[in-house]
Amino acid sequence: MSGARSGHALAEEVLETAMQQLPGDGEALFTGRDAALTRFAGSRIHQNVSEHDATLRVRAVDGGRSGVASTNRLDGEGIAEVVARAADICRRSAPNPRPSPLPPADASGMSDVGYVMATAEADPDRRAEGVRALIAAADEAKLDASGAFSTDATTMAVANTNGLRSRHDVTQAKLLTVMTGPDRASGYAQATSTDVADIDAAAIGAEAADKAVRSVDASDIAPGEYDVILEEYAVQTTLEHLSWNAFSALAVEEGRSFMELGRQVMGENVSIWDDGTDATGLPSAIDFEGVAKRRVELVTDGTASGLVHDSATAARAGVPSTGHALPAPNTFGPLTWNLFMAPGSSSKEAMLASTERGIWVTRFHYVNIVHPRRGVLTGMTKDGTFLIEDGRITRPVRNLRFTEAIPEAFGRIDAISSATRLLAAEYSGINARVPALRIRGFSFTGATAAESDG
Amino acid sequence: MNELIDLALDAADRGGAAYADIRVSERETESLTVKNGALQAADSSRSAGFGVRVLVDGAWGFAASSRLEPAEVERVTREALDVARASGLARREPVTLDDTPPIRASYRTPLDEDPFAVSLDEKVGILMDADAAMGRVPGVNVREGTIQGARERKTFASSAGARIEQELVESGAGIEATAVNANESQVRSHPNSSGGQHVTGGFEAVRAMRLPEHGQRIAEEAAQLLDADQCPSGEMTIVIDSSQLALQVHESCGHPIELDRVLGMEASFAGTSFLTLDKLDRLTYGSPIVNIDADATAPGGLGTFGFDDEGVPAQNVPIVSGGRFVGYLTSRETAPIIGRQSMGSARASGWNVIPLIRMTNVNLRPGEAGSLDDLIADTDDGLFLSTNRSWSIDDRRLNFQFGTQVGWRIRNGKLAEMVRNPTYTGITPQFWGSCDAICGPEAWHLWGVPNCGKGEPMQTHRVGHGAAPARFRNVRVGVGRW
Repeated sequence: MSGARSGHALAEEVLETAMQQLPGDGEALFTGRDAALTRFAGSRIHQNVSEHDATLRVRAVDGGRSGVASTNRLDGEGIAEVVARAADICRRSAPNPRPSPLPPADASGMSDVGYVMATAEADPDRRAEGVRALIAAADEAKLDASGAFSTDATTMAVANTNGLRSRHDVTQAKLLTVMTGPDRASGYAQATSTDVADIDAAAIGAEAADKAVRSVDASDIAPGEYDVILEEYAVQTTLEHLSWNAFSALAVEEGRSFMELGRQVMGENVSIWDDGTDATGLPSAIDFEGVAKRRVELVTDGTASGLVHDSATAARAGVPSTGHALPAPNTFGPLTWNLFMAPGSSSKEAMLASTERGIWVTRFHYVNIVHPRRGVLTGMTKDGTFLIEDGRITRPVRNLRFTEAIPEAFGRIDAISSATRLLAAEYSGINARVPALRIRGFSFTGATAAESDG
Repeated sequence: MNELIDLALDAADRGGAAYADIRVSERETESLTVKNGALQAADSSRSAGFGVRVLVDGAWGFAASSRLEPAEVERVTREALDVARASGLARREPVTLDDTPPIRASYRTPLDEDPFAVSLDEKVGILMDADAAMGRVPGVNVREGTIQGARERKTFASSAGARIEQELVESGAGIEATAVNANESQVRSHPNSSGGQHVTGGFEAVRAMRLPEHGQRIAEEAAQLLDADQCPSGEMTIVIDSSQLALQVHESCGHPIELDRVLGMEASFAGTSFLTLDKLDRLTYGSPIVNIDADATAPGGLGTFGFDDEGVPAQNVPIVSGGRFVGYLTSRETAPIIGRQSMGSARASGWNVIPLIRMTNVNLRPGEAGSLDDLIADTDDGLFLSTNRSWSIDDRRLNFQFGTQVGWRIRNGKLAEMVRNPTYTGITPQFWGSCDAICGPEAWHLWGVPNCGKGEPMQTHRVGHGAAPARFRNVRVGVGRW
């Protein structure tokens, strides 16, 4: 593909050709992507890449049987081959008594909310210019800058034999940096937007540099229970892991989620929802089955109020799909991609001023689920962890490991910032607009002490 | 193919590249999943394309495309040159490569039975039989089994004259049973978690897993875990099984020995490493019985190949010798920085991304403690931990915490009661320093990790780890509030 706009014609041609060649029922998913990323470390660009790809994924369906095949060879021969391969797998497969039905035509969606031409057309010089502005902030503070500046344009289009026709174009620009200084001091900042013009590289550089400078000479602190102020980066990572483990209808069906509709699962000051159509997030207006996304209230005033569905879970529940399917074939279930957490009335400054003793957490690193049913996560703090005493930050501290049941911790939130920040996940496409939080009695279970190096 | 390769290398040369390489590859995969008695996923995928990497004025550029056409090859090569010139806008020391000689050769994964030649019916039959075995156990709510195969054909050519053809074949499978009650969700897997076991090789590896024979056992264990005691908290002697120890090697040794991490090239994403350059040949990484190698030649390893994606031959190099840290994983760009030649671990997960330093098969050598039964019999009091469930480690690879699917108390040299939700935590050199027994060759197993993530854009790659069960003293277990 070369530009999401010019991808429309290719998407339409590919999908219609696939539809014509399907011997029976089925679905075709087109994904075209132009992606570029400029990566820097030691305050120099060390990796710089660009990629153009387009893929067709075909699901052939015959009653309870189905077969899926994909290819990125999109000429006539390639399309015919992949359709035949999907149909062949379908014919030879065993029937599934719980099949995933094809969505109806009226579930279609067409959107270019979130497509910005300037992002799609950003060239390597534009990204290098941003990197240089960021490195300048690092140089001024005598720090090393590492990070990545990416610009992507994606067209996703779906057709099925029920008459569904859906398409969504979206762009994303993302700049992140870790700045490092003496004594392993480090600071982090990230900005993400559909519009590359929103990325203020100098501001991101200044934010990370400030954190890194203030992190010099970190000292050990004993693990234990502390009040914490979680900056938006840490909150986003936490929500990302709830997305993987809690909010899907299949996760609840299979007993791996703490969600129980109608039960209070978090504090009354917590509301979380998913909305792929909200332009203040990073929109993804359709899912991989072509179903237009609906806003889903997941937790409302602390009570579990909704789950996301794909066509399979929706059929079993007797409700419409909410538009959260992953690509077929999918045994993992639906997934929330566009999370929002309701803001409060506080600010990070006010939280700090009213905290007697606690830990300021910039972000978490390498978080993983320990016990899905209770929502227990573990991970490390990173790139700016500070001790709070008597309403102010008194010193940087070495990184701590937390092990905490998140639903329980979200029952101990006593301050939420009014400002929110849109952030993209490190490892996945999940994004979230979140506030900063103060949580009482957060459990830190380990530390990386100064003498740990061996 | 040869014409397209020559076109790219000529265009790079004309455009001012001091060095250029091109990789043309096609990867096909097949995956079947039976869940709760039904074939829920049957998937066949193919992805082909090429990537051109150029070095211009000491700075890298890379571009890739799925369209294998002459005009696109020329356009993408020009784009790679433009990208390299943009890299030069923020350049410091110029990149220099080691003097690995260009090689013209080929390599194919040895195998007995092509996984793509085995019928769908037979594969589904194996998974259905395993599912039925799991389904015989009351209280098991979710049963899932997967069989996967992959074949990658790739050609590497460089402006220095290298031309290498490879065909790598992978096979993998696994089953998993989950039992649920009002408060708990407990899972057991065979032969490993996270999709099972994966190798380079043929379908004979899947047959050897004997999935149906293990279905009932893992289902019974998952159901038993619901009512098992919670793992105790405190410091204990632990014995770790082979598959969990393989992941321990992956996280606490495999990643920190990646020289790009050590040099800060991954600082903004995966992190750095506590194994800084001053520690090479000096640091005591573990106890004297700890010996670790990076072996890209190990038969059947998921990190086994003929040549890496810079054209360097697969090698076996020592990493930890008698407890002392002695080697890194390197590439042609990073090896000269420590005065060495690349040991051949620069690998790209596909045609569309650049080679990065990736693990090959980072293996803990077997010890002299005999079989697992021998090691348990030699342990008075402790905890035996099996099959990974959760993993986390800090950005310098020091502070780790793992959870396993199951644990058993060891009392007086015998396995006693089962415990649920076991976790253990530690600091890497102290942990390996506490290792006082490693089982022998009869208990050693080479495991595949098919989901190792690194780099931006992130590349999910396939690596291997050999390990035998081992014993560690005074390890903190049962972390957190339960």
